[in-house]
Amino acid sequence: MFDVFTILQDHGMLFLMGQYPNGPLGGVLCTLLISLLAVVFSFPLGVLVGLARLSPWRGLRWAAACWVYTLRGIPLMMVVFWTYFCVPLLIGQNISGFSTMLCTLVIYESAYIAEIVRGGIQALPQGQYEASRALGMSYLKTLRLVILPQALFNALPSLVSQLVSIIKDSTLGYVINVPELTYAANQVSNQLLTKPFQVFAIVALSYYIICFSLTWLANRLESWIANKRLNAQPLPGEEQSDPLFFANRKLNKETS
Amino acid sequence: MALDFSTILTGHYGAMIVKGATVTLELALGAWLLAMFIALLLLVVRLSENRIAMRMVAAYVSYHRNVPTLIQLMMWYFAIPTLLPESVQMWINDFNAEFLFSMFALGLCQAAYFSEDIRSGLRAIPDGQNEAARALGMSYMRAMGSVILPQGIRNALPALINHTVLLFKNTSLAMVIGVTELTYVTRDLENQTFRTFEAYAIGTLGYLAFSLLLMGLGALLGRHFQRVYAR
Amino acid sequence: MIPMILFNQVNKWYGDYHALTDLSAEVKAGEVVVVCGPSGSGKSTLIRTVNRLEPIEQGQILFDGIDIHGSSTRLNQLRTRIGFVFQNFNLFPHVSVMENIMMSPVKVLGTKRSEARKHAGELLERVGLSHKANAYPAQLSGGQQQRVAIARALAMKPPVMLFDEPTSALDPEMVGEVLSVMRSLAQEGMTMMCVTHEMHFARDVADTIWFMDQGQILEKAAPEQFFSAPQHPRARRFLSDLLN
Repeated sequence: MFDVFTILQDHGMLFLMGQYPNGPLGGVLCTLLISLLAVVFSFPLGVLVGLARLSPWRGLRWAAACWVYTLRGIPLMMVVFWTYFCVPLLIGQNISGFSTMLCTLVIYESAYIAEIVRGGIQALPQGQYEASRALGMSYLKTLRLVILPQALFNALPSLVSQLVSIIKDSTLGYVINVPELTYAANQVSNQLLTKPFQVFAIVALSYYIICFSLTWLANRLESWIANKRLNAQPLPGEEQSDPLFFANRKLNKETS
Repeated sequence: MALDFSTILTGHYGAMIVKGATVTLELALGAWLLAMFIALLLLVVRLSENRIAMRMVAAYVSYHRNVPTLIQLMMWYFAIPTLLPESVQMWINDFNAEFLFSMFALGLCQAAYFSEDIRSGLRAIPDGQNEAARALGMSYMRAMGSVILPQGIRNALPALINHTVLLFKNTSLAMVIGVTELTYVTRDLENQTFRTFEAYAIGTLGYLAFSLLLMGLGALLGRHFQRVYAR
Repeated sequence: MIPMILFNQVNKWYGDYHALTDLSAEVKAGEVVVVCGPSGSGKSTLIRTVNRLEPIEQGQILFDGIDIHGSSTRLNQLRTRIGFVFQNFNLFPHVSVMENIMMSPVKVLGTKRSEARKHAGELLERVGLSHKANAYPAQLSGGQQQRVAIARALAMKPPVMLFDEPTSALDPEMVGEVLSVMRSLAQEGMTMMCVTHEMHFARDVADTIWFMDQGQILEKAAPEQFFSAPQHPRARRFLSDLLN
């Protein structure tokens, strides 16, 4: 069991960054890189699809619903294969495993983010929408200034949870030889042959630490947001403004 | 490049697809039953209010929710057997090891999610329900069985259905360790017939059909309960 | 003089439920109309049709001579001329009080920020909340929030203000501060249409009372006449229930 430390010593760098600098970035850093890039790109796509799901135009709503239901209904593995097959056809050249996996994650996760955004928007009171329309703001202005800022803020914990899902989903890069952490694990295990348990224990622990910390962060965010939105108290030590303040001002006019 | 579905759907290849789909469904069902069984077990342990037991359940759930499913699968298939005695390992190799390990890994993983869903479902029940049941003279067991659990499961239903669909999709991971389920068969078909689009399309439709069926079932159940209970 | 708001044989249905029936009425410039009646009478529905928060199926509603359901009518532009105050205030919680008031003038009317800020400051002083300019809605009491909501609507300088049960969601001790603001607006000659249960306010401030029940206006009368000698039997019953 204490081979764990020798393994870490000998292969720690492989786990951390793969073959870099003698090859592409791998290991933990590759996992984190692909996950963060996937969030950055799938988030705007997810927001667009989520908005499309709620748009007043039936064709757009239907198309967005198809996107979401299809991606939520098939395994990530199938999406990986589709991307691997379709992207070279679409852009006319082969792309690396990393890029393929990134595309896959962006497309796949956008469906889940779309649902998070949709939920966030629908959870807002209808009055917010009515108030801004009543002030003369167009539908798009209302979305931009009133609805989305609130909905996305409220959805922040769910979005962090989605990052955790993306990190776990990135392990499928193994299937198309993306040199992320799972791939590195198998590499090391195949080299050592007799210590698969120790190797996988190290890798499982690494993922656990990363995901657990992010989940903890998501929970803290949720408490902070709930506090900010729902439980805000009036500022301490303040006096109520005089309710007759205004009536007094007009008193002169009334008596004249 | 004309699309030709006929080659795929007939004869030898058609049989492959059917076999692959069957394996997927068997794996999903087996894993689901295992997951439900373990989830209920975890629930009972949680209800016992024994602090050490509850810590262990929390650790179980935490592990299975934070470690990727693929890693869990690899852990079970590649790593755990090496810890078992030689004789057991040989026994495993004689049987359909990959299938069993996949079922085991997926079942244990989803059990964590199911137990959390049921727990949330139970937490959503107002305290007054239990108080009312006990005040009417019901024993702990009867209150649980007639009042608390039915409501808890009903509350947990949307999440349970969601996670069931997730379990169904996760069966595709078993392909990595050689289980001949639908995704593996799709890949195999593509390799053999070079009809990439058709093969993938069939696989996709297979998964989609069943997932939509499950989601539709969930919506139906949800509506039924809403109609019956929400007055 | 064309009336500011004209209802002409307005009919509205929610599915099979006939919410407004053959309703005809008008609000003249400078007039204060209070709409009252039992719950479910359609008062809120009526006021929400004026700025098309609720559409109508039959009939016409004209605002300052413009058909609000007209195909060439620019609804957003029209809405900038109608101030609406909601029962639940509906302030934007993610921005400050000052920003709440400035947002629409700046983003919709294109007013310069400095000018909008100055005007917002004046309005806040008018409703007695200058010291709350940088607070957030969640930090204000209900009465304070509603006063900010009124300031927010006034910031667009509308010729008409609509109030949909503005004090119904407030604790009793805060009702007065909101009614004071509304009273002063009326005294300055603002055209107002209010749905409210506050009968003292109606008696003191309204020019005309519309009594509604089951989607129709059963009686239109000046307050002195309505409160002392209501014509319609349903109105009589309503007032006696109210006083007992």
